[in-house]
Amino acid sequence: MSEVLLDLVDIKKSFGDVEVLKGISLGIHKGEFITLLGSSGCGKTTTLRIIAGLETPDSGKVLLDGKDITDMEPHKRDVNTVFQNYALFPHMTVAANVGYGLKIRKVPKETIASEVEKALQLVQLPGYDKRMPSELSGGQRQRVAIARAIVNHPQVLLLDEPLGALDLQLRRQMQLELKRLQKKLGITFIYITHDQEEAINMSDRIVVMNEGVFEQIGTPDEVYNTPKSSFVARFIGNANIITCQRDGRAVTLAVRSENILINDPDNCPYTATVLEKSFAGGMLRVVLRLQSGEEIVASRHGINIKTEVGETVHTGWNPEHAVEVEE
Amino acid sequence: MKKHSKIWVSVIPLYIFTLIFVAGPLIYMIALSFMTRAEVFGVVGEFTLDNYKKIFEPIYLKTFAESLKLAFTSTILIILLGYPYGYFMAKLSSVWKKRMMALLMIPFWTSALIRLYGWIIIFRSNGVLDSVLMGLGITKDPLKLLYTYPAVVVGMVYALLPFMILSVYSSAEKMDWSLVEAARDLGASPMKAFLTVTLKLTLPGLLSGVVLTFVPSMGLFFIADILGGNKVVLVGSIIQEQLTKGRNWPFAAALSVVLMIMTSLIIGIYRKVTNTKDLEGLF
Repeated sequence: MSEVLLDLVDIKKSFGDVEVLKGISLGIHKGEFITLLGSSGCGKTTTLRIIAGLETPDSGKVLLDGKDITDMEPHKRDVNTVFQNYALFPHMTVAANVGYGLKIRKVPKETIASEVEKALQLVQLPGYDKRMPSELSGGQRQRVAIARAIVNHPQVLLLDEPLGALDLQLRRQMQLELKRLQKKLGITFIYITHDQEEAINMSDRIVVMNEGVFEQIGTPDEVYNTPKSSFVARFIGNANIITCQRDGRAVTLAVRSENILINDPDNCPYTATVLEKSFAGGMLRVVLRLQSGEEIVASRHGINIKTEVGETVHTGWNPEHAVEVEE
Repeated sequence: MKKHSKIWVSVIPLYIFTLIFVAGPLIYMIALSFMTRAEVFGVVGEFTLDNYKKIFEPIYLKTFAESLKLAFTSTILIILLGYPYGYFMAKLSSVWKKRMMALLMIPFWTSALIRLYGWIIIFRSNGVLDSVLMGLGITKDPLKLLYTYPAVVVGMVYALLPFMILSVYSSAEKMDWSLVEAARDLGASPMKAFLTVTLKLTLPGLLSGVVLTFVPSMGLFFIADILGGNKVVLVGSIIQEQLTKGRNWPFAAALSVVLMIMTSLIIGIYRKVTNTKDLEGLF
């Protein structure tokens, strides 16, 4: 990747007694699509608001293109945000919403009109310029919010769970569109989500956040296949976290449910009881209780696990599917 | 259909109430305004337009002009004081909102008249205000504020300010403040964000506050009477005078009708302005 565009240096932030960010650092490259992934309350939105200038960190620095912008006011930053609730101005038409940033910067009227038209075309809403936000569907509002941000050609675009309010099908479609848009415009995207699939589908790099720290930063492949901690393994791959003895010491292993074997002739040293069997989303899930009392989940596409609740089975995993992680 | 007829039945008492207490007096007043004053007491049912013609006499036209001027001055001051109050109150924590609301409400537990008499104590020669100002050496002689135009303005502002505050507050309360953040994010300075977003979205509250203060401030004669003596005469004062001392009911009715038409016009303008959803913001 090319040079670092946005640099977060040891940022800390507390609200009252709650430390929301506990010293996070990250270098984001020009043109990168980076995703902050974590559950609600992990500090991902606060991170985004600090980059946008809507929040000031207690300590640490934000550098954009080498310049310290930590205390710069939001309206002076070359950064735009797509807000979670879209935050479209209800009293303005779509065109006025999209053109707002240009108008504020006193761009000539004709230029605004043509830029707005271009932006609306990019988000596939041509001809919607005279509508009011209240006349649009959720997905259309989402597109207007994106157009309103990209029309300003910011160096960095921040997206706070932009697809969170859309239904699954529309979300999938918008994921592809956003990715396409990002490639076309070459703008650096910092994307927030709690949806691991979304993160894996879209990102160049994923930052897994947990309780105000960056647990792991890496490509989707790295984060998925070689999770550093049990948290990452659980969050990204829904992996089983199993403690066992290896070479005379206790280690923590992450094994994803699809790699848990049942009654396989090899690699099945453990005895377990079948607790539960359920079918959802094309996957059969079986919950097993090991003799140690630990519960693990095995899953398969289709319904071809031949076992019933209450049965005793042999279970285990291929050693190459087990990743040693930090506790 | 049965359902509908039932709803209609339940609305009947409301219609009767409105007929008796709203439409009735209104029709009576309008009818009265076209009648002739009796020699001694009451009215004679003789149709005339004289009552309306009389309004165009310079003395009454001047009163209308003065009433409008007072209403205008008071309303401007009320906006300047009430808008920031309502705006900042909406941004407070819920505990402080309740406290500020209590501060607004407590004065209403006392009669408006008694509160106005309080202003006499403050304004009169060598009263509270004079004592303070002279004690601090800011002024040498008593200001003689009581029974002046400014005293009436202060009284109007004092009496009507809460309506503006509550009206602005209720629309600022509903504001989605993330819109202001969006404006800041898109490059607007705090001032620009206020003008293009906050002000536009709280405009309905501001305008309803204007209606709630402008309209009564033309008719609240007792404020002009108590704080303005006979120096400030409002349309409301004349109506009251003609009705009681002057015993000219038809003329009082005609004045009331004109005042009502003016009020309706203002409300009409308000509705027209707030109903236009196509306020295109900056364009």
